[in-house]
Amino acid sequence: MIKAIIIDDEPLARSVVKEYLQDHKEIEVLQECNDGFEGVKAIMQHKPHLIFLDIQMPKINGFEMLELLEEKPSVIFATAFDEYAIKAFETHAVDYLLKPFTKERFDKALEKFFNHAPVLKKNTEELLQSPTQLPSQSERIVVKTAGKIKIIPIPEILYLEAADDYVKIHTKDGSFLKNKTMGFFEEALPKNQFVRTHRSYIINVQEITRIDPYEKENHLAILRSGARIPVSKSGYGKLREVLGL
Amino acid sequence: MATSPLKTVRFKLVFALCWACWGILHAYVLNWFGFSWKVAVWDSVISNLLLVGVSLLITVTLQFYIPQKNRYGYILGLCSVLALIWVLLSRTLVVLIINGATAYESFFSKSFPVRLAIGFLITGCMALISVLWYTVQDQQEIEKRKTEAEKLSKDAELYKLRQQLQPHFLFNSLNSINALIGSQPQQARTMIQQLSDFLRGTLRRDDNQWTTLEEELQHLQLYLEIEKVRFGHRLSTLIKDETAGLKLQLPAMLLQPVVENAIKFGLYDTTGDITISIEAKKDDGNLVVQVSNPFDPQTASPKKGTGFGLSSVQRRLYLLFARNDLLQTQTNEQVFITTIKIPQQK
Repeated sequence: MIKAIIIDDEPLARSVVKEYLQDHKEIEVLQECNDGFEGVKAIMQHKPHLIFLDIQMPKINGFEMLELLEEKPSVIFATAFDEYAIKAFETHAVDYLLKPFTKERFDKALEKFFNHAPVLKKNTEELLQSPTQLPSQSERIVVKTAGKIKIIPIPEILYLEAADDYVKIHTKDGSFLKNKTMGFFEEALPKNQFVRTHRSYIINVQEITRIDPYEKENHLAILRSGARIPVSKSGYGKLREVLGL
Repeated sequence: MATSPLKTVRFKLVFALCWACWGILHAYVLNWFGFSWKVAVWDSVISNLLLVGVSLLITVTLQFYIPQKNRYGYILGLCSVLALIWVLLSRTLVVLIINGATAYESFFSKSFPVRLAIGFLITGCMALISVLWYTVQDQQEIEKRKTEAEKLSKDAELYKLRQQLQPHFLFNSLNSINALIGSQPQQARTMIQQLSDFLRGTLRRDDNQWTTLEEELQHLQLYLEIEKVRFGHRLSTLIKDETAGLKLQLPAMLLQPVVENAIKFGLYDTTGDITISIEAKKDDGNLVVQVSNPFDPQTASPKKGTGFGLSSVQRRLYLLFARNDLLQTQTNEQVFITTIKIPQQK
């Protein structure tokens, strides 16, 4: 038996999926969720094999919800996004359905799932690591901390620090871990506001109060919070460029 | 603010040249009457410099105050008074400089009416030119605003069709219809009808730029009804029109982006039961429409960046009425309120 969950903020949209699933008795829908918060909870509880996921939803969107999951199920996106926007995700071969979709198209997506489930899973990972983003994601980062979901607006980030497989996001409310790479954030954060000053650090330039020389060709950036962040030689060059020095 | 005609270099040149010719002629005539060149030149220089001053004074005054139509008596009065002051002042100054020339003094007294007439004519001409100039500029400004307003409303329509209807509203509505066809075919039919009426309404508003509040509210009602099919379980709407029967007017499609904005923050970005309300009333010769929606302060911050929706409304109102205070927004705890005033044409 395949366990599945439907996550969409519109009841009618969920009912289409349920209706189309009636011919697939091997798939059992364990729960329907109204938004990403409910989705995370349900997925952690039921550990489904497959989820049907809308992208535009209240509070956090479908991608942000996936980012919060440690173990990611196979995903079939069902969205009303226009084709132009979806092009970016297409290259990752995650299957997606454009609303409204036919039963035939839906069956095809399921077929793909049955034949290539492991591949789909890998592609979901790849998709999440790519810097392709929705507009809302350029304004905030969603993290999970002690079972709770926190939304961090980008301007409130003080600096980012590499921590093994994770990135530690420092804000004035504390620090949060996110399983992305430094390279991802360097690419995704607004380049006139955030500078990768060091292999392991990205700074919000608004927070810098002083830059001091420090050993040989290195520097230290002193932030308003008092934090002292290493700045490498090449990082110093990038920093000067952004600050217009 | 209208710019003075003397701001352009060409005007300045012509102005200076005319005065120079006039001054030379003036001196020549006096010399011809038998006065020495010294007296003639002094008279010409002082009288004409003062007259230049008076002319400039008139242009500048009219730049800030143009009398309403058919009230040009004010200008005539102004010119007469200035001409009189000018003659008396130039006489005093010229006599002061050329002291002891009694022949000149009696000549001045004799030529007083002529000088007064010349002064009145020249100041009058200057006033006329200025009034014409400023009126034309005003007209051009109004014309420019009007065409820009028309263009913007066209752009907004196109934008609506391309951007706002297509990806979310239109396809999600079609998806809902798809769902209803299976379970409630009658309901699906109703929704197709509503969607068609709404789209037709959006397309039709091409040439008639102003519409009645009643019509606009009907159009919004259709839009909200469609959203209710999609989110009926948690969306309720409240439309209150206190102006029924007053036939108030407003620019077509003005409220649509405001309500779309309310739906975007109030419905798409929230999870609980919500109410979106639209209230219209008449206040002091204005139609006042207030749209309010809840919002989630955790994910949305309506204070910064009003988005395409509201900035285009603001711009359109400015182009139509040359006022920036007609659109106002406020947040009241977790409710976002947009207030629009539309001055009514008499």
